[in-house]
Amino acid sequence: MHYHSEQLVKDISRRAQEFRIQVLKMVHAEQTGHLGGAYSAAEILASLYFHHLRVDPKNPQWAGRDRLLFSKGHACAMLYTALAHRGFFPPDELASFRQFGSRLQGHPDPLKTPGVEIAAGPLGHGVAIGVGVALALRDAPGSKPSAESAPSARASAAKVYVVLGDGEINAGVIWEGVMAAAKFKLGNLTAILDYNGIQQTGATAESMPSEPIGEKWQAFGWHVQEVHGHNVQQVLDALDRADEVHARPSVIIARTTKGKGVSFMEYDHRWHGQPPSDEQYERALGELEEGLEQWQK
Amino acid sequence: MAEVVSMRKAYGEALVALGGERADVVVLSADVSNSDHSYMFAEAYPERFFNVGIAEQSLVDVSVGFAITGKVPFANTFAAFFATRAVEMIRTHACYGAAKVKLMGAYAGLSDSFDGPTHHCITDLAIMRSLPNMTIVVPSDPNSLSRFLPQIAAWDGPVYCRLNRNALPVLFDDSYRPEIGRAVTVREGADVGVIACGVMVERALQAAQQLSGEGVEARVIEMHTLKPLDVETVVSAARETGAIVTAEEHTVLGGLGGAVAEVLVEHTPVPMRRVGVADRFTETGPYEMLLDNYGMSVADIKNAAYAAIENKSR
Repeated sequence: MHYHSEQLVKDISRRAQEFRIQVLKMVHAEQTGHLGGAYSAAEILASLYFHHLRVDPKNPQWAGRDRLLFSKGHACAMLYTALAHRGFFPPDELASFRQFGSRLQGHPDPLKTPGVEIAAGPLGHGVAIGVGVALALRDAPGSKPSAESAPSARASAAKVYVVLGDGEINAGVIWEGVMAAAKFKLGNLTAILDYNGIQQTGATAESMPSEPIGEKWQAFGWHVQEVHGHNVQQVLDALDRADEVHARPSVIIARTTKGKGVSFMEYDHRWHGQPPSDEQYERALGELEEGLEQWQK
Repeated sequence: MAEVVSMRKAYGEALVALGGERADVVVLSADVSNSDHSYMFAEAYPERFFNVGIAEQSLVDVSVGFAITGKVPFANTFAAFFATRAVEMIRTHACYGAAKVKLMGAYAGLSDSFDGPTHHCITDLAIMRSLPNMTIVVPSDPNSLSRFLPQIAAWDGPVYCRLNRNALPVLFDDSYRPEIGRAVTVREGADVGVIACGVMVERALQAAQQLSGEGVEARVIEMHTLKPLDVETVVSAARETGAIVTAEEHTVLGGLGGAVAEVLVEHTPVPMRRVGVADRFTETGPYEMLLDNYGMSVADIKNAAYAAIENKSR
């Protein structure tokens, strides 16, 4: 496990909050998009793209890259924001989110958006696709990044990270993939479960209960960690620990809050796919900017 | 009588040969490898064979993962399960996401006859044909598998290949060189064009022979690729014969008959008849008996030819 400085944690936390503001602007401007699940995944994506992942924005198809399979496709406003700020495409382009002719489709399109690995939106695909990618990578020869990439200290072969929503694990194909990953002993596959407890029509506990969640994954043969999903230090540590697990896949259950950062959106399923009014936008923006101050000191 | 050869064994042999030619080919199975004979690849190249269990949706998604990481995955399960249970995976990732997965649909048509209508697969061509970016190949003869598999592997996109379970007559000799997307005229004739795929090609040839004895010369076209359809060959057959019959082991809705009809109405409206399964479910029974009883007998093809020809004069 690596040492993560206070400054690094602060920087990533600040980015995550800035991304929330960006996503608010996108969804408000277009009056369409998904805020709640984007906000719960902010620290997860910021930690991955701004520290953990070995990717090369100037060469998105670099064969030696880590793969991030973003399975909870509806939350793509946050994915696009992270990719743009990581350098995969100009941040100005975020303003075209969900517009006709844009590279930023309503749900992720791997052919249009640099850095997007898989189509998503229909839920439940990430783990099984991740199994195929992890199997294909397992014996693939390594390759060097370009001078512009920023590899972490890790020297191991490319790894696969799947970001899942907790609602989407209702889907049976998730568990088909979970079983296959264990069967093939995929130590190079890590799933991060954005466990925000809310899905489209209400609490996950009511729509389709998933507890005991850790025990479930453990029983399927996975290495399990549970972290506070908005605590960047914990997320980074868990990603490092997952990399040290060999011969079996790893899941990080990130306990998160749907709508994190905006008081009237938190824990409210109605903010799954609802755009804010002008008045709600102003209130949300004020709260998010206030929340940003603690990371700017 | 032509020599009869197991399509499954021919498939297994062709797959092993392909594995020898291309190191990037991997084979996946939803636990039916002893049915479709992909076990032969597993024996030859165990490190490149992956059994994902009885999980057809995962089969497609895992194959997608291989495809987007530079491998050439051949996914194997029963055709009926690809074309029903795993369709969303195929649409979203293979077709929309352009993952070059090769879907090898075993036991297609009525060829798994005794397992009954749950295993009969008579809607796959219509379903697959509706998906943008999909390519559909239907081999009609055991010898053709070794011709098609390398092309399927090299094809720049997803492919659905429909495979027959049973032993089929050998139609083609070593000179047969089919190309994906180009129909093969297997018999010349100017009175009616019979366009067939799969097991119905051999039946169409039988029908043509009988028709010839009755003074009618049928052109028989093997339409081994349903998508992209060889429009030119369909149009010239319509222009030169003035009447078209399609013959397929599939519902008459949306498959080969549908594809040809779409071309004819826009390019060359001529009388046409479709031979295939009516819009209904089938029943258990011996294979040949099922084909004969569900509207795909040699006599059905002949009757369709006469009906189409009769309409020419109107």
